[in-house]
Amino acid sequence: MKKSRDVYILFSTLILFFLVNIFYLSMGWLDFWGKGLGIVTGAAFTLAMYSFLYKDNPVFKIAENLFVGVAMGYWIIITWFNILKPDVFETILVPIFKETGTPPQFTILIPTLLGMFMLLRFSKKLAWMSRWSFAFIVGLGSGITIPNFIHAFILKQLTFDSLIAPSIPVSINNFLVLLGVVSVLIYFFFSVEHKGVVGGISIIGVWFLMIAFGASFGYTVMARMSLLIGRIQFLIRDWLGLIQ
Amino acid sequence: MIERLINLDRRIIFMFVAIAVTVPLLAKFNLPVRTTRDVENIFNKIDSLPENSHVLIAFDYDPASKEELQPMAEALLHHCYQKDVKVIGMTLTPGGTGLAVSAIENIGKQYDKTKGTDFVFLGYKTGVELVMINMGENIYSAFPEDFQGNPTLNLPVLEGIDSLKDFDYVVDLASGSSIEAWIAFGKEKYGFDLGAGCTAVIGPDMYPFLQSEQLNGLMSGLKGAAEYETLIKQESSAVAGMSPQSVVHILVVLFVLFGNTMYFMSKRNR
Repeated sequence: MKKSRDVYILFSTLILFFLVNIFYLSMGWLDFWGKGLGIVTGAAFTLAMYSFLYKDNPVFKIAENLFVGVAMGYWIIITWFNILKPDVFETILVPIFKETGTPPQFTILIPTLLGMFMLLRFSKKLAWMSRWSFAFIVGLGSGITIPNFIHAFILKQLTFDSLIAPSIPVSINNFLVLLGVVSVLIYFFFSVEHKGVVGGISIIGVWFLMIAFGASFGYTVMARMSLLIGRIQFLIRDWLGLIQ
Repeated sequence: MIERLINLDRRIIFMFVAIAVTVPLLAKFNLPVRTTRDVENIFNKIDSLPENSHVLIAFDYDPASKEELQPMAEALLHHCYQKDVKVIGMTLTPGGTGLAVSAIENIGKQYDKTKGTDFVFLGYKTGVELVMINMGENIYSAFPEDFQGNPTLNLPVLEGIDSLKDFDYVVDLASGSSIEAWIAFGKEKYGFDLGAGCTAVIGPDMYPFLQSEQLNGLMSGLKGAAEYETLIKQESSAVAGMSPQSVVHILVVLFVLFGNTMYFMSKRNR
């Protein structure tokens, strides 16, 4: 009974969507060969994605798989035209077979081979070669990242503004920042029992943490709602033309 | 009764949220958008740039964050083109290329700007921090060609630019951790002014960088985009999105209160 109701809802929605588009196209409100086809496709996929909120269904599955496929295809094309073609194909292979005025840059073979070694993870026999690539990445990454991160995220953040600032609000702000950092650090310091003064300061730390989590939650709600607002703006403005 | 309300079908809540978003958009009521100092700092920086200055905009986001970051990018581009500032775009996310090209070129057309002379999109490069270091040494080695495959070496828009140090301002529009990378491997190493726009989710994490002046300004989420639209007096989709945003926030607060009230009432009944 419930399943037949779901099938009925699915087909009614599809028929309604089809009729709305036929009506809009026949009235000339959507230009099929211009932007119209893209808008109708966008509307169909938007509704298909949101149909998951009612229940998992075949239309959602189709849209989900198409999205993953299209996104992957797009990534591959962009990577080929922006990286592999100009940086590998045109710098090593093309100059070997064609007079381009520049000699082949064989040094690029080293990163190219290291990149290819990473794909050997799929082979049981040759997977060990991928460790060279990972060793290179970890070594290079650490060498570049550690000094820069220490400078940018630790030393720079340790620069302390005076508590006695030119204006009272700035002084209060600086004091709150100091209090927040110290109290939260004490809250996570478990070597001393949280009693007495330490206990009191760690409770202040909990308050700071709660306020920070609240702010993060508020921002997250705003982010998620922005995505919904954007999609509904698309549906009622670009597709249905109800607003300008 | 209370048990029924506690086990309320989540689809009813979804329906309330959908109504709370749709009705304000259809009713077209706009709430005032107050601008904040962090967004004003980005506006003032671009506003103070002389003609033909160079601004680098990194479109480090993909369609999943389009609704928050594309209005930001468009507002920034309107401002840059109004001020006759040269715009150089790039991305560290392959999914960001289409959005970046559409924003840079479509808004450029509105101001009769020429590709290659007034703006250029350099395209996508992989490697994040390595790309930044490469750009800091020599931008033409990092991007020998633009997105359309034209050699960058003789592009008029890049006249006077050799590396990241030569940019008058850099803005990173990010949906991931690229802002931290731009700070550590860009701003701190090469000493340019850096502003940022980000999704609301990562907004709170960026505030320490404002206080340490590693970022000169920050636009956070749709609110940040709406503020920038207000500052350039070109209210568009971000400002229109703020009234449903406010209504939905009130609804979420009501649901939180409702859920907690029901929870405590059911606890007392037990």
